Amino acid sequence: MPEDLKDQNSGKKGLTALLEEVREEVKVLKEKAAEDVKTLKDPEKTQLYKSIFRVKHDDKPRSRALGVLSNVFLHLHPAKINRDAVAYNYTWGMGGITFYLFIVLTFTGALLMFYYHPSKVQAFRDILYLEHDVPFGKLLRNMHRWAAHLMIITVWLHMFRVFLTGSYKKPREFNWAVGVILMLLTMLLSFTGYLLPDDQLGFWAVTVGTNMARATPLLGHEGPFGAQLGMTPYNDVRFGLLGGSIVDSNALLRSYIWHCIAIPLIAATFMAVHFWRVRKDGGISGPSPVMLESEIKEERKF
Amino acid sequence: MDWAQLWEIASEPDNVPIVALLFLVPFYTFYAFRQAFANDRLIGQLEANPAMAKTHHRKVQPWKPGWDREIHVWPFLLRMEFLAAIIVTLILMIWSITLNAPLEEPSNPTLTMNPAKAPWYFLGLQEMLVYFDPWMAGVVLPTLILVGLMAIPYLDANPLGNGYYTFKQRKFAIMAFVFGFLVLWLSMVIIGTFIRGPGWMWFWPGQTWDHNRLIFEANRDLPDIFHITSAPGKGIFGAIVVGLYTILMATFFHKLFTLTPFNRRIYKRMSLIQYVTLQLFLIIMMTLPVKILIRQLFRIKYVWITPWFNI
Repeated sequence: MPEDLKDQNSGKKGLTALLEEVREEVKVLKEKAAEDVKTLKDPEKTQLYKSIFRVKHDDKPRSRALGVLSNVFLHLHPAKINRDAVAYNYTWGMGGITFYLFIVLTFTGALLMFYYHPSKVQAFRDILYLEHDVPFGKLLRNMHRWAAHLMIITVWLHMFRVFLTGSYKKPREFNWAVGVILMLLTMLLSFTGYLLPDDQLGFWAVTVGTNMARATPLLGHEGPFGAQLGMTPYNDVRFGLLGGSIVDSNALLRSYIWHCIAIPLIAATFMAVHFWRVRKDGGISGPSPVMLESEIKEERKF
Repeated sequence: MDWAQLWEIASEPDNVPIVALLFLVPFYTFYAFRQAFANDRLIGQLEANPAMAKTHHRKVQPWKPGWDREIHVWPFLLRMEFLAAIIVTLILMIWSITLNAPLEEPSNPTLTMNPAKAPWYFLGLQEMLVYFDPWMAGVVLPTLILVGLMAIPYLDANPLGNGYYTFKQRKFAIMAFVFGFLVLWLSMVIIGTFIRGPGWMWFWPGQTWDHNRLIFEANRDLPDIFHITSAPGKGIFGAIVVGLYTILMATFFHKLFTLTPFNRRIYKRMSLIQYVTLQLFLIIMMTLPVKILIRQLFRIKYVWITPWFNI
């Protein structure tokens, strides 16, 4: 009995102790919750934020620099830039806008690919389907087309600006050449896309365009010295471009593959080089201090 | 005046980029040259006053001692880029909602479009087809344009004007580029869009496109005018004329290279390879306006006729 009592007593004691314990724990929990709420008010201190962004978001120079350098999308930029270069009047923003349009075109283009079959039977019907039945299909196609046209304009204006600011001069000579190739690729992208709706406009534009290839010197059957080298409509450079002697289903497929896969990949590669070289050649070219005629150094002769 | 047709061409959705170019290119040309002249005035002041040249920060943009020469990309550049992306997206959205991409009838090899026009950015090449044979206009000249553009940095021996707008210090380079880009390339795009009608015939803006129009203009070749009829005669005659043209143009450009003391100074910096390559590209570039002129003024088609090619 006494043992039982003892047990009972201890049991009673245990119950109150348990209650005490629970109260203690609730208190601790409350404190923790309060702490959590406090840290949630300052999300930059959470593990989640730190794991993703690493760097504090404040206006300390170090944080600002690291915010750019430690972000994969922003790290093409330097941490700091010429104070006068951010004004619109120097660069006109044309290079950046061109790149942005390339992204827009990749996005809308990928969406268009969901609705398009590169075959003579389907292609034109797919455009009609896209224009009349696909939700926002017309908007999608319009955006792809106008962004492509706008991109050509911005590429030309970018080149115009780079020329007028003399930015192709030492040490940026090679990057200008890369830029010229990118301009060519932009126009070829636009041109290969022209045939894809398989309508009269694209068909005849591509017919006119590729007919010029007949006249390629040496490699075209109507070009100078082509016939002498054994070129016919069935083995010359135009045949290679079209996959046939006329613009037909093979030409449509080839145009599709060049447009959606090959040229975008080539262009992306050249773009990577172009942006890389902008940084490696010393960043944006100016506005730099003017140089005077009296300061021209005589070139070293070898 | 056929205003309706003019409006029809100008408002055709696919021609909107060219109408936009008509405004954008003059604006940006003005924008660039305004800054160039501002810099030129500063250069003039600094050249006149060597003491000032030693202390001045050498930009037209304001700067005071103590100011940082560089600023943080975040936020000063990134906010501009973000803003630009938003504005471009807005423009594209509005453009895409208001204007529909063209879609003609299904392609039909038996029904030729007249005029069959290339996309607008290639109209310059299509227009060149009027003045040159396809192997020149479609293959050789476009290749030379690209190679010539890529060669520019290696041919320009003038170290001035690197990283700022200027006209005074780079007169020749800028005039040559503006001539090639604005006068030749863009104006041919505009001619191809607004002037060329059915049969690629010349219709002034506002003149109705007449599909039955015939033009009785007999194109002549230069040897015909001199009554040279034999094939070897034509070949030799053409070679002589082209050779004379080359010498004439080369002399003209050489005169330009050595026109002012500054030009002569740059000329001395050029290597022989640079000089010859630059001459070659300029002479070939000038064949286009020369052929346009002799075609439009004297209806002369070919200058040099050989069994293998005609120029």
